[in-house]
Amino acid sequence: MKKMKIKLLAGVIALTSIVLISADHIDAPAVASGTSDITDFYAFEGENSNAIAFVVNYQGLLSPGATADARFDENVLTEINIDTDNDNIEDLVIQAIPRDGKMYFFGPAAPSQTGLDSKILDEIPQSVTISTYGAAATVGEANGMKFFAGPRDDPFFMDFAKYGEIIAGTATGFDNPGDDTFAGTNVLSIVVEVPKNKIGTSGTINTWVESKSK
Amino acid sequence: MNSKTLKINDMNKIKNISLIAILCMVAIAFSSCKKDKDDDNTDPAGPNFSGTYSQQDQMGRPAINTVFVGSSDKDDFNRTVPSAQSAKYQAKFEAALTGLSPAYANMGDENALGQDAATFTGLLATDVLNVSLDGTTTFFDGTNVLTGRALADDAITVELILIFGGETGLTASENPTLSDDNVSQNDKAFLTSFPYVAAPW
Repeated sequence: MKKMKIKLLAGVIALTSIVLISADHIDAPAVASGTSDITDFYAFEGENSNAIAFVVNYQGLLSPGATADARFDENVLTEINIDTDNDNIEDLVIQAIPRDGKMYFFGPAAPSQTGLDSKILDEIPQSVTISTYGAAATVGEANGMKFFAGPRDDPFFMDFAKYGEIIAGTATGFDNPGDDTFAGTNVLSIVVEVPKNKIGTSGTINTWVESKSK
Repeated sequence: MNSKTLKINDMNKIKNISLIAILCMVAIAFSSCKKDKDDDNTDPAGPNFSGTYSQQDQMGRPAINTVFVGSSDKDDFNRTVPSAQSAKYQAKFEAALTGLSPAYANMGDENALGQDAATFTGLLATDVLNVSLDGTTTFFDGTNVLTGRALADDAITVELILIFGGETGLTASENPTLSDDNVSQNDKAFLTSFPYVAAPW
């Protein structure tokens, strides 16, 4: 009897995994639906036009019922990379990592090494209490920067399900109106706003985000 | 590593509630409970984050890995630094693009930005987001192209137009049922102030 229960549970878990992976933003097998799977990245001028805001999202397709229990992984470092001289190699990084209910932020500063492996910047971090589901957003401010971490509505919108059908050959085009696959779902967001003079002077920067784990 | 970090880490490993209660009482006896310690900022070093963190996932522009990278390459693409992505992936992206879209079927076919398949995939294969420090930041707003990515940008439709729309993609798409998913805005309004992203459902 016990064995049967375990088998049934394993079956349910396997089925759930398939459903989640097939709807995942990124869909790379090593990270799909895990705590290091980045769902989205945004970079835009802030309300204050002298600042750039970066938004990094994790854990896509969280139902409202599952959101209160969703947690950032304390083993996962978020690294926003900034290339200021157009060689697509990071000159500056902003790092964020959670610990005991707070998100700690380092940078922007030059990393000790570029590329796939990173160490946390050797400096005193800023931190913000990770906002909890149902409570107002907690915002940290220091050195002209602003910090947020916690559950948010997924800002991404797309008829991802229909796109999948088109690619699979079971549909020939999008519907009109389309159906937002991400409507009514949440993500875990990290938002950091940085004065422009900390990441360059003028012109264009190149930026990308990485998740890294120990 | 400092003693406070050690204490907190050790305590976190202990699952037994009654043990935690006992430890907390002991801590109170020495006039500092765990929670109090967490909330003050008297320790300038903060928690211990030492060690090497290795790449798991990365992204610049939306949906690039999803759309252009073959299933056997998806993990590798996530672990290829952007400065090496174009050399390693441009040709594969071009094959994926021409296989996906009839808008590039003929020699000399271009997208609405005047890019042929090689030029367009040369841009996309280096998966970084270009962000202007001088003004409007948008994926595309009719005037500015790839100067950032704002929350309200319909970045997916922009990509679909450039993939499927052909030379006249902005006004008269060559493949109108493929160049717009007809989902043009988020299901919640964004905030004008930090943190900009809407409260959760």
